[in-house]
Amino acid sequence: MPTVGLANLEVFAATLESLAAVDRNIIAVTSDSRGSGKLTPFGQKFPKQIVEVGIAEQNLVGVAAGLASAGKTVFAVSPACFLTARALEQIKNDVAYSDNAVVLVGISAGVSYGALGTTHHSLHDYAVLRAINNLVVVAPADNFETEQAILQAAALKKPIYLRFGKKNMPVDLVISDWSGGVPQLVTGEKTDNQSTSNLFQLGKGRVIREGSDLTFIGTGETVLPAFEAAEKLASEHGIQAKVVSMHTIKPLDYELINTIASEGKPIITVEEHMVNGGLGEAVASYLMQNAHRNSFKIMGIPDEYTVTGSQNEIFKHYEITGEGIAKEALKLLA
Amino acid sequence: MTSIELQEKSRIYRRKILEYIYKAKAGHTGGSLSCIDILNVLYNDTMNVNPENFKSGDRDRYIQSKGHCVEALFVVLADKGFFPETDLETLCKYKSHYIGHPTRKVNGVEQNTGALGHGLPICVGTALAAKMDEKSYRVFTLLGDGELPEGSNWEAFLSASHYKLDNLCAILDYNKLQITGKNADVLNTEPIADKLKSFGWAVREVDGNDPQKLKETLDQLPFEEGKPSFVIAHTIKGKGVSYMENQLKWHHGVPSAEQYELAISELS
Repeated sequence: MPTVGLANLEVFAATLESLAAVDRNIIAVTSDSRGSGKLTPFGQKFPKQIVEVGIAEQNLVGVAAGLASAGKTVFAVSPACFLTARALEQIKNDVAYSDNAVVLVGISAGVSYGALGTTHHSLHDYAVLRAINNLVVVAPADNFETEQAILQAAALKKPIYLRFGKKNMPVDLVISDWSGGVPQLVTGEKTDNQSTSNLFQLGKGRVIREGSDLTFIGTGETVLPAFEAAEKLASEHGIQAKVVSMHTIKPLDYELINTIASEGKPIITVEEHMVNGGLGEAVASYLMQNAHRNSFKIMGIPDEYTVTGSQNEIFKHYEITGEGIAKEALKLLA
Repeated sequence: MTSIELQEKSRIYRRKILEYIYKAKAGHTGGSLSCIDILNVLYNDTMNVNPENFKSGDRDRYIQSKGHCVEALFVVLADKGFFPETDLETLCKYKSHYIGHPTRKVNGVEQNTGALGHGLPICVGTALAAKMDEKSYRVFTLLGDGELPEGSNWEAFLSASHYKLDNLCAILDYNKLQITGKNADVLNTEPIADKLKSFGWAVREVDGNDPQKLKETLDQLPFEEGKPSFVIAHTIKGKGVSYMENQLKWHHGVPSAEQYELAISELS
């Protein structure tokens, strides 16, 4: 199994520091969120490169847009639940429509805040942000993808949303036999015998496990349970599942989806998002409109009053676990 | 520009605002006429911005928060040479970039606005960037009185004074009417000056339809070192056309042929 690394949020903070150290135009904007964004050390090391707006998310995004328009590379950091709901109009108009190259960073996303409840969950963000023109939407799965997403977002010079959770994630899902003892940041220099198709590129899904019997397409923190489901299916049933980290939800990698769908095998999407309007419906839309009729299942959080509990408990309740995903796979294969 | 030259500019701008609204059969007539003297003074006297330096990082910035009064902005930008005035013949036409709110598809426009309460936060970010880069450019926004209740404005008021943005100036086009009626009846925002002062802004009040007085006020920027500047520009909705002045129906009323001729004759 993959080596446990850091929370993607911690990778974000470390990567932002490495960027800021060599470029004084790297600016973090926070809404009393530097602690939850793991940016307290960043603020201490780079006091001139952090702007605090207080708990005022609309202003956070507007200020970020203004800074970006004046040439700054801006990371607007706030809990995903507030950033993408309270400040949605600022994201739509001030960032996307006005084409200000802000990197919107939604922290503690999905149900990361667990028992804090629905006010603190972001299960709507893919849906609303997918419906906004000129905005890239990304949820990295592991530490490697996170680091790469941040570096590429900083270089993109276009509006982009990055979504991170709080839970420790694998260092790199592709290198499942990672031998390093202490979890550490990967550098992006891939020296392992890894094919270039597994490298990270915005807008290109990453195949993290090969398999020919069916495919799991996950995003963000649901790629890990999809991977676990694939391992379980292999060991217990001899079934080989392909696992894709569809880190970029918009623009979606239609080429890869087409290749997978053309194999004619079942497809299961898994996301930490309401089943309405997220990754699953985006994939379904492509499949239906392109004459693919694979067996298909969208796994995510249903349209109901979300069960209370920790992130793990919520995942378990809705069967976003290795076991639950494997069970759905067996149903589709039956 | 001299006082007489500025007055003459305002007269010509008012005629053009009416001309293009009349041709497009759409526009925010009353508000464009109330704020045009402010735009006139900003672009012809106060600000260092023109088509030649518009791509320069050192230019002064103007972001119109009350985006719906775009006709006033377009008329001034055309006069300054940002685009040929003939482009305005396409105002609100199919596939034209000259739509009912400012967009960056039009040369000279800094930000896409139209949803209210958005201009000032963007200005705060832009003014902050100037401070970080130790640049001397200034940032201006035009607020409508009807958009003052937007919470995002008050978030931005707080942050502008917190960061001591004396390179930022917000001008309130205070014509005291909004689409439903008088501001005071819709949602009272007074006492505005006291509120802004308590939020840490330096405040001046001026006749916003008197170009000379506006110029004299804006010449004093920043009003106080270390504080953002707020100008309460007392204006008249529909200013310059007798039958439109202070008449709510001209918020986005479009004149008939007879009304248009009468308005133009009053502005001759």
